[in-house]
Amino acid sequence: METSSLEKPQARTVLRYPSTDTLRRRQQHNRGHVSIADLSIRFGQDANAHIAVQNFNLTIEPGEFVCLLGPSGCGKSTVMNALAGFIKASQGNVQLDGKTVEKPGPDRGMVFQQHSLLPWKTVLENVAFGPLMTGATKSQAESLARTFLEVVGLSAYAERFPNTLSGGMQQRVGIARALANYPSVLLMDEPFGALDAQTRHMMQENLLEIWSEFRNTVLFVTHDIDEAVYLADRVIVMSAAPGRLIEDIRIDLPRPRTEDVYSDPAFISIKQRCLKLIRDETMKAFAQQNQA
Amino acid sequence: MRTKATPAPALVLQGDEIAAGFTTSGRPHAAADTAAAMPINSANDSAIPALHSRPAAIKKWFQQKGRHIAVRIFAIILAAGLWQAASANEWNFLLNFENIPTPVTVGNEFVEQLQNPTFYTHLGVSIKRILIAYVLAALLGIFLGVLMGRYAVVEDIFIPYIEILRPIPAVAWIPLSILMLPTEESSIIFITFLGALFPIVLNTLHGVEQTPSTLVRAARSFGASDRAILWHVIIPGAMPSIVAGLAIGMGVAWFSLLAGEIISGQYGIGYFTWTSYQMVEYPHIIIGMLMIGALGTTSTALVKLAAKPLLRWQSDKGSR
Repeated sequence: METSSLEKPQARTVLRYPSTDTLRRRQQHNRGHVSIADLSIRFGQDANAHIAVQNFNLTIEPGEFVCLLGPSGCGKSTVMNALAGFIKASQGNVQLDGKTVEKPGPDRGMVFQQHSLLPWKTVLENVAFGPLMTGATKSQAESLARTFLEVVGLSAYAERFPNTLSGGMQQRVGIARALANYPSVLLMDEPFGALDAQTRHMMQENLLEIWSEFRNTVLFVTHDIDEAVYLADRVIVMSAAPGRLIEDIRIDLPRPRTEDVYSDPAFISIKQRCLKLIRDETMKAFAQQNQA
Repeated sequence: MRTKATPAPALVLQGDEIAAGFTTSGRPHAAADTAAAMPINSANDSAIPALHSRPAAIKKWFQQKGRHIAVRIFAIILAAGLWQAASANEWNFLLNFENIPTPVTVGNEFVEQLQNPTFYTHLGVSIKRILIAYVLAALLGIFLGVLMGRYAVVEDIFIPYIEILRPIPAVAWIPLSILMLPTEESSIIFITFLGALFPIVLNTLHGVEQTPSTLVRAARSFGASDRAILWHVIIPGAMPSIVAGLAIGMGVAWFSLLAGEIISGQYGIGYFTWTSYQMVEYPHIIIGMLMIGALGTTSTALVKLAAKPLLRWQSDKGSR
């Protein structure tokens, strides 16, 4: 009785804070399976209701990198927020690893658009925050944070405050913070949208490199076609509001992908297909707005 | 361990380092500080440049800071000089200086008062009242402000009281507090407490309501409980506003204390000032006033100084 109560918390700690090797093993155990079935999301009531997402279906296999692409206001972020647990489904169901999503949780690592680091915490404290909140001791959380800061190449900035870093560095801290909880799925909501073009390219390469090491499931929201095609295994093109899935494009471009991909004929043809789909949808959206 | 060291992340780092360098050394003060400090450091390495760099460093310091300090000291000396001239010549046009002692007289009286134990009793009593009232106001004010910011019901309950009671000046509270509270001492502390309370409550409330919802969402998504969000997100986010409220509250506390002390009580710097008028000890009026000013400024500065470590993340930003 006494011995078991002593051993129990230790066993839990080990289970929660695995080494990178354990994580890799766990990844093979099909962690990060996303299933969105017949999802509709309405805002407001009855006559004033705005349908943001309609009959949306999507299944993501563990370890897949999926981009949600669509014109602005099409409900891409709404789908992501439903998976994050911030928004309730009006109809249908969102599942992660067989469990219905009901509220936000550390099994989904969020990377926000910008300004989501806690400005009063140092870079290290920001990354350690997730582990600390999910039961790690202070020293465990700190050593985890140092590991992930190394992954994103910011070890030298551990003691700095976020507002002394550039936008690109802040987003890398954001990625480290999301990874530090060993999430089943990484949810990225236009994380590079606010960065200048040069930094954005570097961040994309950087992200792919980090991902190649962890192979988490990633759901990445963007309205940038180049970005979506460059990063993803699958690009999900969404319609103008209400958001529906109109095309699921598999990107079979070889990895690791470098700048050369941009001039690959396969890349260009996929890009043009996306461009046409998005343009048609944007035109539809304009027509809707003009009618209204 | 990371085995692949591709040039890509290194490149990003470089670009970002340059950008980061801009943000930190871009602020004029930091740049000036290092520029001023550098010649002194290099002076230790070789003796020859010391001849040139030391005066250069002093010159730089004067241009950055010394000049402002010099102007400020000069402004005070100028005012004291004008006052001396007006009092000594019994100036009586628009303002009447006939009954006003000269700064020299006030200075002499002040030195005398410093040897008088009663003077210290007055100061001590005032400081004690401020301490009790202010600590109570800070604790209750922050507590109430956070609750009001977090729960609409609490805000709805307390806001009407605050809006009605806040504009009532401390002096107007004196009769009622004498009637309601057991001792004169407790009425003075109560009035001081009320004065400090309102700015602290309202600033805390404002700060809590200003906390960006993105940060709360982010914290929640990383597994933070409601309590953790309060301690790690809401309160630190409201801290600049809370500190502003605490600083304003300290000023108002002195203001209110003086009102209380002038009308009732047997000790205190306000009592000292007012009785000096009644006893025709005019230099003491000015000593009392200047002591109030000095104590008010010092205590507000102490509040800000004490709060500085909590706002370190802000001051590192470089902008004021």
